[in-house]
Amino acid sequence: MSRADACVVACAELFRDAGEILVSPMGFIPMLGARLARLTFAPDILLSDGEAYLLADVPTEGRPTEVEGWLPYRQVFDVVASGRRHVVMGANQLDRHGNQNISAIGPHERPNRQLLGMRGAPGNTVNHRTSYWVPRHSARVFVDEVDVVSGVGHDRARLTPAAGRFHDVYRVVTNLAVLDFHPEYHTMRLVSVHPGVTVAEVLDQTSFPLHTDKVGRTREPTEAELDLLDHRLDPDRLRDKEVR
Amino acid sequence: MTADEVVAELADGMTIGIGGWGSRRKPMALVRAILRSPLRDLTIVSYGGPDVGLLCAAGKVRTVFFGFVTLDSIAYDPWFSRARREGTIAVREWDEGMLQTGLRAAGQRLPFLPMRAGLASDVPRFDPELHTVRSPYDDEEELLAVPALHLDAALIHLNTADRHGNGRYLGPDPYFDDLFCLAADRRYLSCESIVDTHELTATAAIQTLLCNRMMVDGVVQTPHGAHFTSCAPDYGRDEPFQRRYVEAAADPDTWPLFVEQFLAGDERSYQAAVR
Repeated sequence: MSRADACVVACAELFRDAGEILVSPMGFIPMLGARLARLTFAPDILLSDGEAYLLADVPTEGRPTEVEGWLPYRQVFDVVASGRRHVVMGANQLDRHGNQNISAIGPHERPNRQLLGMRGAPGNTVNHRTSYWVPRHSARVFVDEVDVVSGVGHDRARLTPAAGRFHDVYRVVTNLAVLDFHPEYHTMRLVSVHPGVTVAEVLDQTSFPLHTDKVGRTREPTEAELDLLDHRLDPDRLRDKEVR
Repeated sequence: MTADEVVAELADGMTIGIGGWGSRRKPMALVRAILRSPLRDLTIVSYGGPDVGLLCAAGKVRTVFFGFVTLDSIAYDPWFSRARREGTIAVREWDEGMLQTGLRAAGQRLPFLPMRAGLASDVPRFDPELHTVRSPYDDEEELLAVPALHLDAALIHLNTADRHGNGRYLGPDPYFDDLFCLAADRRYLSCESIVDTHELTATAAIQTLLCNRMMVDGVVQTPHGAHFTSCAPDYGRDEPFQRRYVEAAADPDTWPLFVEQFLAGDERSYQAAVR
């Protein structure tokens, strides 16, 4: 089992008991996690091909993928507003409240680095469950204060009733650990470290303090899950290139 | 019409909406015609791709309304990034769904439409012209009032159209091209080929018709006109050429050569150069 395998399983676990909702994973590891969940414990989730088709099965090399539906971008916006979605976004910066930046680094009127832009982060975070995937957990990503709030964190959502009504920033999966938000303090909490990672290592790579009251160990994939990953979802082990 | 005739109907300072999404089905032949025109001070509304980058490179842009600017297979557009770093353009950076809502409001002749997206994020902090509105019903929710995105002109690219402006798309996604047309005073559609009206439905389902002639003022036949963005199913994105664009933009010495080789002439010479 590799570190990437643990990350895929941690992403798959985001969708346990999700039911019949659209799952939108951004990034290769979350995509593998979503497909693994679909094939095992979350068979009801809807997955798209990254463009406008909903897939009735997970894509498998050597056979055509059956399509079960059509979801162009305008309908994705409708699903966002309806709340029947769980998105896993990336994050150039995240703070302890779960505020996310994918917009720009530095002053907004003249940034040092222009990133993608707000994208759907403001709308996603106030409408439905949102998680984040960070392939390189470091103090540069987990910062005291984000330069731009693209995705809304728990502190801001609590101050604006209409933003907080459906706000559900859920978990952060990284190459080192799984984090969520303390139910009382609404700030980031270390849920589990991946096999081979220490709590000290995670704290060292995070600018702000984490709640570490009950840190577990990220579960390893089952034999059946490893078999699906190795023989169906990612036989070339591209996942090991994204996470080492 | 020709692409140059379309651009001759535009004016400095106009707000122009550009259809497509990222590096997909962009009306690039019309954009290229703007590049070689004297137009300036444009406000661009776009699900941004290389259309935004190239217009920034040519110094045509005053303000960009955007939720993102990306080349899809390459995350960031180099010219948009540079324009932002150097502070040469103003931006109204919105949630991507807000752009659709703003276009719908304009098309419906409403001053705004309410939305949850944007609340509590930095969208309203960076765009002080945005305001909230309180629901007059029992919930009394205070929502974002997304202002109408009224366009002076819309530019879109479809697979096929007739000469009257009935247009169809054959790819997987209509994007927001119809909404751009509905939000605009003047609407220009470029397409891979102009066909007789009866042919529009002879070879594809009626649901592929995205625009009707009420929504379009001018039609331009521009084969390969979305290049180097994709125009499924006619052609995919020209990935090697897109990389070339990005590499040329990264180097101040090679960019003038790129302009000279590809952008200095008309559409015919562009198409000959990229073949």
